[in-house]
Amino acid sequence: MRTLRDVPVGSSAKVKKINGEGAVKRHIMDMGITKGVTITIRKTAPLGDPIEITLRGYELTLRKADAGMIEIE
Amino acid sequence: MNHIIALAGNPNCGKTTLFNALTGSSQRVGNWPGVTIDKKVGRIKGTDSELVDLPGIYSLSPYSPEEIVTRNFIVGEKPDALINIVDATNIERNLYLSLQLIDMGIPMVIALNMMDEVEKRGDKIDIDVLSKGLGVPIIPISAAKKENIDGLVEKIMEVADSHQLPIPASYEDSLEEVAAAAEKVLRGKVPTDNMRFYAFKLIEDDQLVNEVVPGARESIKEDIQRLETEHDDSADSIIANSRYDKITGLVQKAVTHAPRLEKGTLSDRIDRYVTNKYLGIPIFIAIIAFVYFLAMFDSPDWSSPGAWATGVLNDAFANFSAGVADWCASEGVNEILTSLLTDGIMSGVGAVLGFLPQIIVMFACLNILEEIGYMARVAFVMDRIFRYFNLSGKSFIPLLVGTGCGVPGVMSSRTIESECDRRITAMTVTFMPCSAKLPVISAIAGALAGNMWVAVYAYFMGIVLVIMSGIILKKFQRLSGDPAPFIMELPPYHAPKVMSIIKGIWERCWAFIKNAMTVVLLATVVIWVLSHFDFAFHYLDPNTQMDDSILSALAGAIAYLFMPLGWGDNWELTAATITGFMAKEDIVATLGVLLLGDTEASISSISAALADLLGNGAAIMSFFSFNIFCAPCVAAVTAIHRELGSWKSTGLTLLYHTLLSYSVALFVYVIYGTLDGTYIEPYVYVLAVASAALLIYLLVAKDPFRQKSRKVSE
Repeated sequence: MRTLRDVPVGSSAKVKKINGEGAVKRHIMDMGITKGVTITIRKTAPLGDPIEITLRGYELTLRKADAGMIEIE
Repeated sequence: MNHIIALAGNPNCGKTTLFNALTGSSQRVGNWPGVTIDKKVGRIKGTDSELVDLPGIYSLSPYSPEEIVTRNFIVGEKPDALINIVDATNIERNLYLSLQLIDMGIPMVIALNMMDEVEKRGDKIDIDVLSKGLGVPIIPISAAKKENIDGLVEKIMEVADSHQLPIPASYEDSLEEVAAAAEKVLRGKVPTDNMRFYAFKLIEDDQLVNEVVPGARESIKEDIQRLETEHDDSADSIIANSRYDKITGLVQKAVTHAPRLEKGTLSDRIDRYVTNKYLGIPIFIAIIAFVYFLAMFDSPDWSSPGAWATGVLNDAFANFSAGVADWCASEGVNEILTSLLTDGIMSGVGAVLGFLPQIIVMFACLNILEEIGYMARVAFVMDRIFRYFNLSGKSFIPLLVGTGCGVPGVMSSRTIESECDRRITAMTVTFMPCSAKLPVISAIAGALAGNMWVAVYAYFMGIVLVIMSGIILKKFQRLSGDPAPFIMELPPYHAPKVMSIIKGIWERCWAFIKNAMTVVLLATVVIWVLSHFDFAFHYLDPNTQMDDSILSALAGAIAYLFMPLGWGDNWELTAATITGFMAKEDIVATLGVLLLGDTEASISSISAALADLLGNGAAIMSFFSFNIFCAPCVAAVTAIHRELGSWKSTGLTLLYHTLLSYSVALFVYVIYGTLDGTYIEPYVYVLAVASAALLIYLLVAKDPFRQKSRKVSE
């Protein structure tokens, strides 16, 4: 299973499914990370985590652990 | 007609700017019941209608206090109409909340904000297509440039007067079928207007709806299972997907994007440096050092604006106080009354108000950094470090401000979104040694033969206590919350708006002044009475007779509590600790009066007297440790109370501070004393081992509230 965590900086991927449950999953979806959306990985923070991504025309940051819940095609 | 109008929207979409533009100066600030989230209410200019500013939210999921406040207000208070402000430059994500608000079934208008930005980019938005697709009127505006605000007011009044409800968009058939089944079950049990909102919440298995209509979800279980099997996904995912799919389709029809620049937007170019792998942290340190420098830097040659104004203000207070004393003397005013006015009220309240200039400079800087969007980058850069002790990168700023003064430190914890992180930060900021503790540090360093490690110890131990508290406090139910996910928008940089910064500073400063004039004033009078009278209520000469005061009797009575810390039966030390509650620099002043009988004693002579009194370094360090980490001064306590919202929580915070600092003092006494060869009573060792065991247990015990989903992902 490939997740957003495995996508190298500078590349894009299409979201297949959000795993997990509860507040974190819900928050991920509320921010627009839903099935079929294209996400570009912009950069990692100076200390290696979190990461910065672009989707739906805006920028978002999330931790690698949370990116691991996002399954990609 | 006069209506109640609510204003809702995402964070960072210009909501505050629009609120200010709509209401002008007629604003009241308060808190929502039960949570420390600002509630702002104002009168819409040119009407008799009230505007209620709802918290900035991304969704109506029931996971954050902001979302719950918004839902409860709309469902419970039934405003006459709702303005939903939408950032046109970030339209897809903003409309996600709009779709949910439309389902709530109250008259509504979308204020499509930042249209000037959209035009500048060369993009085009077809308002008619968007409005028809969403089923709600849309008014394009620019809150920052005050464009078309009148048009918005006119439309919202029209919609409220005619009770014009939005027409909810329909989703795909399979989902609508389940929604129809849900509505059937809910009919008669929830208000008809909010029916669609409740129906979707029921499908999402929303806790709050399950409480309102227990067992309802059970009756549509089969429909939901069929839906979930068909989509191979959970019901709440299907709803979120459908909403976003709807928006994507609409935006494709209504919005035409101009080609983007090769080199990226201005924000991209700034972020290339500001969140750069190598430059990110140095730039952060430089910016913070500069803020600090502006607020605090003081030297004989040059003073920063903050330090300069502090000096001027303190001189003014001193002159005023002296003037009052002179006037009292010449007019033959009672000596006791004079002392109450000058030594009590003026010096106490003056000491607190003296921090005002620093607070203004500090908040001006922090507000600007927040406004332009830099604070989100700070959290991005620092998050990795704070994650270790269960906090997010946003907790860094309050701790840093706290090293200047605990009051603005505690107050700046407001910028943290997660309620439980905000509370923990507000509770622990004052472990950082503030500038009022500096005289204590130099007195102690002097008593230990000028040991510079005292200062290093104070800061290092402060950080350790914050970290430990982050780990320990999360294990208590009230503070557990969900492990706040760090999923945060990085808003584009934009120029700061002068008016909203001034308003922000004013709100905080006013809270601070009110504080000084009420709670601090009262505490000052109490401490003054306790230290200037004996039990027969005879007035005492503060320079020679303080040994007989009520304060000394109280201090003597509790002195035995501190014997395990090696303070002996010296009630002077306990009395100094009590007056430290007034203001931490008073610890040194009280020791001066009690040990040397001199209000103007120099720090070096106080150091010497303290060294004489205690005789060993272990006890001196234990006295220091307790005083610097125990309950903060009364001004900071009232600030903590403001953030926590209840005296019970505040009391528990103080108890926690006291117990933790007691343990630290105990450990320091035992370790220092053992290495130093000081005789320590055996029972002190037992006490130290017991509290160490308790502390270690609290640190390593499993967190009962940590969510399972988190572990799966890690």
